[in-house]
Formats: sequence, C-alpha cells, structure tokens
Amino acid sequence: MSTPDPTHVELRPGAYADSVTLLQVSRVVQGLAGVLAAQVAMATPLNIEVLTGMGFEVPAQAGPNDLVVALRLEDADALAAALAGVDQALRDANRRDDGAAVVAPPRTTASALRRSADTSGHDAVALVSVPGAHAFVEAMDAVEAGRDVMVFSDNVPLDQELALKRAAAERGVLVMGPDCGTAVIDGVGLGFANVVTPGPVGIVAASGTGCQQLLALLDHAGVGVTSALGVGGRDLSAEVRGLATREALRRLDEDPAVELIVLISKPPAADVTAEIEEYAASLATPVELALLGPGRPDLTAAAEAVLRRLGRDVPAWPVDRPAGSRPVSPGALRGLFVGGTLASEAALVASELLGEGGGHTFVDFGDDEYTTGRAHPMIDPSIRLEHLARAAADPATGVLLLDVVLGHGAEPDPAESLAPALAGVEQPVVVAVVGTAGDPQGRDRQVRALVDAGAEVHLSNAGATRRAIELLGETR
Amino acid sequence: MTTPDTVVNVGADLLADAVADQAVPVTRVDWRPPMEGTAADLAVVAADPRRHAANERALAAMLGVTATLVDVLPASEALGLEPGQFLHAGPPIGWDRAPGPLRGALMGGAALEGLVADPEDAAALFESGTGVSLEPCHHRSAVGPMAGVVTPSMWLFVLEDPATGRRSYCSLNEGLGKVLRYGAYSPEVITRLRWMGDVLGPLLQRAVRTVRDSDAGPVDVTGILTQMLQMGDEAHNRNRAGTLMLLRDLSPAMVGAIGSSGVPVADVAEALRFIGANDHFFLNLAMPACKLALDAARGIDGSTMVVAMARNGTDFGIQVAGTGDEWFTGPAQLADGLFLGDYGPEDANPDIGDSAITETAGIGGFAMATAPAIVRFVGGSVPDALATTRRMHEITLGENPRWSVPVLEFQGTPTGIDVTMVCRTGILPQINTGMAGRLAGVGQVGAGLVNPPAEIFPKALARLAELVPGRHTS
Repeated sequence: MSTPDPTHVELRPGAYADSVTLLQVSRVVQGLAGVLAAQVAMATPLNIEVLTGMGFEVPAQAGPNDLVVALRLEDADALAAALAGVDQALRDANRRDDGAAVVAPPRTTASALRRSADTSGHDAVALVSVPGAHAFVEAMDAVEAGRDVMVFSDNVPLDQELALKRAAAERGVLVMGPDCGTAVIDGVGLGFANVVTPGPVGIVAASGTGCQQLLALLDHAGVGVTSALGVGGRDLSAEVRGLATREALRRLDEDPAVELIVLISKPPAADVTAEIEEYAASLATPVELALLGPGRPDLTAAAEAVLRRLGRDVPAWPVDRPAGSRPVSPGALRGLFVGGTLASEAALVASELLGEGGGHTFVDFGDDEYTTGRAHPMIDPSIRLEHLARAAADPATGVLLLDVVLGHGAEPDPAESLAPALAGVEQPVVVAVVGTAGDPQGRDRQVRALVDAGAEVHLSNAGATRRAIELLGETR
Repeated sequence: MTTPDTVVNVGADLLADAVADQAVPVTRVDWRPPMEGTAADLAVVAADPRRHAANERALAAMLGVTATLVDVLPASEALGLEPGQFLHAGPPIGWDRAPGPLRGALMGGAALEGLVADPEDAAALFESGTGVSLEPCHHRSAVGPMAGVVTPSMWLFVLEDPATGRRSYCSLNEGLGKVLRYGAYSPEVITRLRWMGDVLGPLLQRAVRTVRDSDAGPVDVTGILTQMLQMGDEAHNRNRAGTLMLLRDLSPAMVGAIGSSGVPVADVAEALRFIGANDHFFLNLAMPACKLALDAARGIDGSTMVVAMARNGTDFGIQVAGTGDEWFTGPAQLADGLFLGDYGPEDANPDIGDSAITETAGIGGFAMATAPAIVRFVGGSVPDALATTRRMHEITLGENPRWSVPVLEFQGTPTGIDVTMVCRTGILPQINTGMAGRLAGVGQVGAGLVNPPAEIFPKALARLAELVPGRHTS
C-alpha cells in the first residue's frame, strides 16, 4: 500500500524576496535531505499555476504579496529540518559579501592603454614581448592608440613589421623593433637597458647589445645619454627602408637635450644608406653614423668617435686582470656570447686579425636556434654554462671569450653562476662585462667576482677580443 | 622625448618588473594566446588599413541612433506579411531543424491565423511546406524574443530613428509562463493572443499615435533605456522600471481613448492591468531600439563590429558590420540558471531568441553591473555582476555615453562587440536569457545566463580576413 508523500504549504504574508532570489532558494531547498520537491515563491497568479501544476494546494486567500513555502517530503519527520533549511536559504540569499571587488587586469594592449588613458597615462608606452606570431596584433593596438611601442618579440614576419611601421608612420608613432632588446626613453629603460645619466647624446640603434656597449662606454667616459631608441635589426633593410629610424631620428632631433645623435647599424643597402644620410642631413642636430661591418670601425671606435666629436677626452677603457695567469696551450678561440652584436663584432675583429679558418668559433646563444622554448641567455644562463663546460673540456680550446651584459632586465647576478664555472676552467678566459656602475647588478661587484675566478675582464668587447687573440698568439 | 608616465607591458613579466624597479607605473596585460587557429587571421585583419576607421564609423553610427515609438501596426500592414508567412527568431532555419519551442510557436501561430483549426494539425502543414514560409525577423528589420514568431495579424511596435526615418519592429510582449514565444500553444495562449490583437493592439495604436502627435512628441525609447539602466534594469531579463515608465507615458492617452474613441472602460482597465503585471513588457521596445541602432552599422566594409547576435533554438548566429548579411552560426548552448517548479536542465531547450540584440547593443548581460539581482541566476554575487560588465569592456570597441552604470562611476555600457577582441581574449559575450521548454507546448522553464558557441567568432574572423583587399593568398 502507498500513502501520498506528506506535503506542507505555508503562507508567509508580508515576507518578500524577488523572484530570482526565490528561484535560488527553491533550488537550495530542493537539494535538502528528505525533500522531494520544493517551491518557495511569491503567490503571483503565475506562481500559483506552477505550484498547482506541481500538485500543491495553495490556500485561496494567497495573494501576490504573500510568500508561499511549498514542500513535498519523504516523510513528515523531515519537515522541521526542511523549514530550517528554507530559513537558512532565505538568509543566505541576502548575505553580504564584503570581499572587495578586485578589478581584473586588462587582457589586451588596447584595453590597458584605454584604462591608463583614463587615469594618468597620457605618455604611456607599450612594451610587447608575446610570442612573435601574436606581437603584431598587440603592437597595432598601441599604434592605433597613438602610443609608441617597443616590440621585444622576435620572429615577427617581415610583412607584419612593414604593416606596423607604415601604420605608425601615418600617425607619427615610433615602433621600436621587432626584435628590439634595448631602449632608453628619456631615462626610462625598457627591455635590457643600462642605467645611465641623462646627457647630450641620443642613440638610434638597430642592435640591442651594440647599443648597450655604446651606453656603457659613454657612461664610463662621463658622457650621458638622454634616449636610446632601438629600431630592430631589419629596419634599415631594403624592404623596411628605415621607417622607424626616420621617426626615431626626428624625435631625437626635436629633443632640445640631444646635441649629437648616433645611429648604430649594420651597413644598410647602399640606396637605403643614401636615403637615411639625406634625411639625417635635413635635421638640425648632427648625426654620427656608426655602421658596423668588415673594414669599418668597431663599437669601441664608434664610441671614441662620438667622444671626439663632442670634444671630450677618450679614456683608457678599463681592464681588470686576475692575480695569476693561466697557461695557454695551442688551440682555437671559443667565443660564447649572449649578445648578438657582440658576437659578430668579436668574429669580425678576429677575422681581421687572424684571417679566416683556424677553427675559431663565435656563438650567439641569443640566436633563435638556442632560444626556442627557453628564455634569452641574458635571463637564463644555463645553455651557455652547458656549452662553456663542453668548450673547457675540449682540448682544441685555446682561449675562452665571453660577454656578460648587465642592466635592467638581465639576470640579477650573472657572476653568481658564471664565476664558479670559470674558476674550474684551465684555459685563459677573457670576459667583456658590458654595464655601468649604476646597473642593478653593479658592474664593479660583477667584475670583482669574475676576476677572482681567474678571468680577465674588459669593458670594451673589441678590446676583450683583441686581448683573447693576443693570448692565443702567445702559443705561436 | 618625454618620460613615459606608464608602461603597458604585454608578455614577459620580467620586463615589467624591470620597469617597475625604475619606479615607473606599469600596467600588466593578462595576455593569453588567442582562440585556436586564429593567429594568422587576426594578423591579416589587424593589418587591414580600413579596420580602425571602419570600426570608429560603425560605433558612431550605432551610437548616433535614437529610437522613438511612432506607431503600433499589424504585421500585415507594417511589414506586408502575407498569410502563410511566418517570421522567427535567429538565423534562417526550416521546420526540419526547428526546435520544440519554435515548432510550438509556429503551430500556435498557424492556429491564430486560422490556417489550422487545431495547433496540433499544423505540424503536417509545416512538414509539407505548402503555402507556408519561414524567414528570420532580422531579415525584415524586426526582432522577436524567444521563438520570435510573428504572423500577419500580430501587432508590432514601430520604432523610428527621427534623423533618418529608418524603422524597426517588434511584437507585443505576452507576459511570462505559458506563452507562444516560449513554445506554448494551449487554448489560453491563443485566447490571449486574440485579445492582444483585438483589444490591446488597437488601443496601443491610438495611444501611441496620440502621444506621437502631441506637443511632447513620440515616446523616446532610447531615453527610457537611459533612465531604466539607472533604476536596476538591464533591459533584457529585468525591465520593471522601463515597463512602468512606458505606462507613465502611455496611460493618459490610453485612458483618453475611452472618451475620444469610445473604447470600453473595461478594455482600458484590462490593458493597463496586463501591461503593469508584465515586468517584461518593455523588453519588446528595448529590443527593436537596439536593432534600430545596430542596423545603422551594417554594411561598413572593414568593420569587425558585431551587428546582430540571434538564436533560433538550434543555431546561434552572428552578423558583422564588415561581412554584409552573412550569418556565422554554431550550436545554440544551454543556459546555466534556475528552473521554475519541477523543471530541470533536461527540460530546457538550447538558447533561443533575438533578445541577444540587447547584449549586442551593450545592455542586458553587458550591463549586469547595473542590475545585480540578475547575477543570482547563477548563484553569483554583486562583485560578479561588476566583474561581468568590466569583462565585456575587454571585447568591445567603446562605451555608450547615454547608457551609463552608476555603480561603476557612471561608466558607459560596453558597446560594439569586436570579433577580433573576442578571438584574442577568448572572452565570450555574456547573455542573460529566459529558458524555453525543450518540447513544443511546454512554455518557460527557467532563466539564466548563456554564451554564444565560441567557434562562430573565428568563423566570422576568417571571413573578415578573406575580405581584406590585396590580401596575399597562399
């Protein structure tokens, strides 16, 4: 035999909650133990229809301002607990959550720039370092918002670089990059940037570590740099034709603090060089072209030319030597670099002094070949340390040549892992430590640690290379 | 050069830290990879030199529209709808793929029009297709909530943009529960529709025309929307304040019709009671107002702005300013929400209705912050409501200066969904919705929150990319 499940229908005149709250309360109550069905609702005609459809008998006097609690239970004993559950659910529905509404961060560059424009950011700059396939879209946000943008990302397709820089040129926006590692904008460093005092020089650089070498040398010579604007390694190519270089030159020309502009680049195509020279000649500020390549001055020579043009003395570039000296056995020069321009400068200097051949190698661990799936070696030194150990164990290695690049963005204490590794090396080691006294890592401290580990440390990368070659020559 | 006062960092956190170490404020973008397979199309569309200006134009065109209530007409007059022609919500669909609620509404509509005596007989009629045709409301400058079925004898609100004379249309709201738009077609549903056609429609026509021709001029629907958004309505699932303001504007003229046109007192009383008891009456004005505004942005080449989001209960479709009248569709989703009575998720039909036109225009789910009660449909909290509106700003082109949210310091509602931003962020438009029963004839089973199917945005993006002039095809 079966008896109908017990039901409970109760009117609560004057109790009110909105329909959404009550739907929620009903759902909670339906989930309570011993409850088969539940509806907590204001007794509107629609709800009475729903309740009737569920098999509840609603008292005739029920009106839209009455709260109805209708329950169907497994047995009558469940009633008290179910009603307590209704009361609790009604209270919970009106709970106050005092948790502060945290504003979620922006999800796109466009959104971030819009938000910053609402507050202070009238001179906001965007810094893009997402994977290359996505960098263009983020950078376009900045260009369309009329904001300068530095694109740190590499692997940006050339047609996207062109589209970005054309759109930027139309709006008078500066695009630094793609593959731009270093910029200093009126004293603020972006990417890998050294701490320098403001001064009469403005730099336009198609190379990141080349720019950092120049910053470091000028800083040592007591000459400040107001801004150093990277433009990316392809800007002076025959395709891009200096779109960003022109804008960067124009900006520095407009800056009254800049007395001399230095343009560092690999030699562009001849017609592009002519175009840029023509543009540079139209500016009020003199422009020193430092074009790097075979048969041309190296970065240190370029820095010296800048100093002479400013009428400053050229100092002796610092060299710190270790206490003892390591025996040199015959072998090749092994250059292990984190800076791309520094690696090619070393290779160039070496080929001029040693000629081709001889098995000398100059590896840039910042090259795509080594950075796929891992951070740049200026951030994560592990890959170079692996290769260092391998080179040190190789009997064909005569002298080791390394660079250490300091500044914002670079690892906080490069000597911490490098010095112990160098201490265990038998061959002579020459290191170019590119940085300034003001850099967060402190150049002096880094140099001391490396010298204590037996390395000879230079500020000039070209100088370090020449010294390494000199050491190699001692075996001949 | 001037010192940057803010650096917006997108990508490596370490680079942001390096800037912060220099005591320069940094805004960190919470970047994530875009929707799968969209990177190449995103780049092509981003490089489209027309896009930025086209989007500015689309947004301005939409924001420039005001909607006024100028008439109430039967669909046969307003749209030239012929017997046997049925309009429905969402992208195009035939009877074969029509879901339960749409079938139920079509069956009820056929009975209302006298094509069949009993709604149950209409199924065979629609199956044969003889003498009947289905067409989206959107193709006729109209919108319809839920099933959105419009037949020739149904009365429609007529909205007009005074600047251009362009018009949009929407049916009169039947109330909640067992109603045609939710797929119910029982005798009470048909009886109510007949009363709406015989009494409510003609009375509203008199009142609307009286107001229109008065010194005050026609009811400013856009203006009511401005006010109701500051009164706790988001104009999709909550239309209480809007409905009462409409009554305020129309009731004197409705009462006046007793003397001037000899309308029986009882009819006017019943009409006032009907409107006042139906919190959603204004929805059917909010929707065509949004439609009127968004239609101004149609056909702008290069624009990536969404101009319609609509569902027929089987497909969810969007249309985009820069892709003409093409629909990009995917399967309509089930809403997450609360159910009436004994109903549960298994009783609900997937998302249906043209009412997502409100979200397309920046209200409804996009204005959740101004109607925090709505967020409880999914057991959320007031901070959730604020977060939802803020999140929608991530995928929209701008803000509506007319429609503002007091609790967000009167920030304008997020307006103009950008297909590229949806693909870049993976953030889907948030839609508030009612839920219809899965089976024809059931009616409403609940209400809740829903999103479009994600894949329709990459589809629209791919088409936008194809349409970029001079695009290299490889």
